Amino acid sequence: MTAPVITVTHGVIGYDGRPVLRDVSLTVTAGEVVAVLGANGSGKSTLIRAVLGLVPLVAGSVELFGTPLRRFRQWRRIGYVPQRLGAGGGVPATVREVVASGRLARRGMLRPPGRADREAIDDALRAVGLADRAADPVATLSGGQQQRTLIARALAGRPELLVLDEPTAGVDAASQEAFATALRDFVADGGTVLLVAHELGPLRPLISRAVVVHQGGICHDGAVPEPAGHHAEPDHDHVHPHGPDEPAGLWSS
Amino acid sequence: MELFQHTYMQRALIGALVIGLAAPALGIYLVQRRLTLIGDGIGHVALTGVGAGLLLNRSPVLVAVVVATLGAITIELVRARGRTSGDLALALLFYGGIAGGVMLVGLSDATSANLVAYLFGSVLTLSAADLITIVVLGAAILITTLALRPALFAVCQDEEYARVSGLPVRTLNLLLAVATAVTVTIAMRAVGVLLISALMVVPVATAQQVTRGFRSTMTAAMALGLFAAGAGVWVAATADTAPGASVVLLAIASFLVVALAAAGWRLLRRRATPAGAPAPEPHEVVLR
Repeated sequence: MTAPVITVTHGVIGYDGRPVLRDVSLTVTAGEVVAVLGANGSGKSTLIRAVLGLVPLVAGSVELFGTPLRRFRQWRRIGYVPQRLGAGGGVPATVREVVASGRLARRGMLRPPGRADREAIDDALRAVGLADRAADPVATLSGGQQQRTLIARALAGRPELLVLDEPTAGVDAASQEAFATALRDFVADGGTVLLVAHELGPLRPLISRAVVVHQGGICHDGAVPEPAGHHAEPDHDHVHPHGPDEPAGLWSS
Repeated sequence: MELFQHTYMQRALIGALVIGLAAPALGIYLVQRRLTLIGDGIGHVALTGVGAGLLLNRSPVLVAVVVATLGAITIELVRARGRTSGDLALALLFYGGIAGGVMLVGLSDATSANLVAYLFGSVLTLSAADLITIVVLGAAILITTLALRPALFAVCQDEEYARVSGLPVRTLNLLLAVATAVTVTIAMRAVGVLLISALMVVPVATAQQVTRGFRSTMTAAMALGLFAAGAGVWVAATADTAPGASVVLLAIASFLVVALAAAGWRLLRRRATPAGAPAPEPHEVVLR
């Protein structure tokens, strides 16, 4: 039995006193690739955000690499991939500049970047197939390429654990393939993955365990469940509401 | 050029150049975070500090630094809590700041000319002590914004990611708030409370018409700020115009020139490649 990377014990998670998850316990051990599945609004994103300390726990506990979340400081061991690029889009930034942020956890914010940083950024860009777009502004990239940029940012820190929030939602097929390849290489090197997904697509063969969140609890923890109904058809329409777009700023042109 | 043999002109030029360099270096983070008008709000609060300084016979700039810093920290704490009432709290702070300033200036022995000097700037009347304050604080702003660029960029780009990177997000946000307050206060002497945001924001807006990355935008914005400040003081001295307004109008003129040139360049390039628009990506999802 390898060491647990993530341990959630009887976690109660909610916003403004309204619980979203009532009692969740989850353990992820080194080398596992765990997918958190569930319907929209089931709280699967909330679960991983609580694991990272972005949403406070109402009750229960979270441990990362055996350290309680409150005392956890080794953030360089974790690479986080959010659902979408942050709101800080008022000023153009190149793909490389965004990916370079991934080195901060390892380098610290006071030390200037060195050769190791540049090499790690190059490797990460190559891993997601964006080396040729490094100097382009991220805003000119497609949604899938922006998602790959965020994955490269997480990989650039050379983490041991990747936490991904819906990495494949609304992403084109080429980007999904590039993403699956990057993830496969990460896992082959001994990495651990916790990801939230609405559908697995080309990631499916990589997943070692699936956790299904339903009605505030975990209703399944084990093998990846077979898709049922119209979801089983290989090319079913993927219909889901999208969040409101950022309003165009005066200077964002 | 013999104008610049006068001490007051040398002070004006040095003060304006320092501010022209520091204001966009800080302003770019505000633009990135889409808080372009926050400088205006803090300027309003700084005016109360000016009034208090005039009333207490202390340096108005230094008292304004303290009051504006307290105001900026309050605004940041309200923003970080992310409540909808924050919007109203900000309004209270802004208008309270300007009303307090006007009232305190009225209570002091200062004339309305003093007030106008802070509302619209009066870089030609800098004292030696004023200049030292501007240079020291301006250097501190430049060191902060340049040395911490990767961290400040990460926080302004994606605050949650920065937190998961282990960055001290709250400290960096407060640092940015304090740096904004200091920039506003020193820029107040050159361009005035009512025109401060222009010098923090317009050079950044101009630069990003032609730049592709954050670093290049920052460099170009600082160069543009330096140009507008230097040329503005020169125009003000030779044509006897208001320096603050001259600096800001030059910055806006640069924006128009660069925006038109960039638009023309894009048009020319489109003509040069008659292949038409590239094929859009096929639809992957059905949107409702």
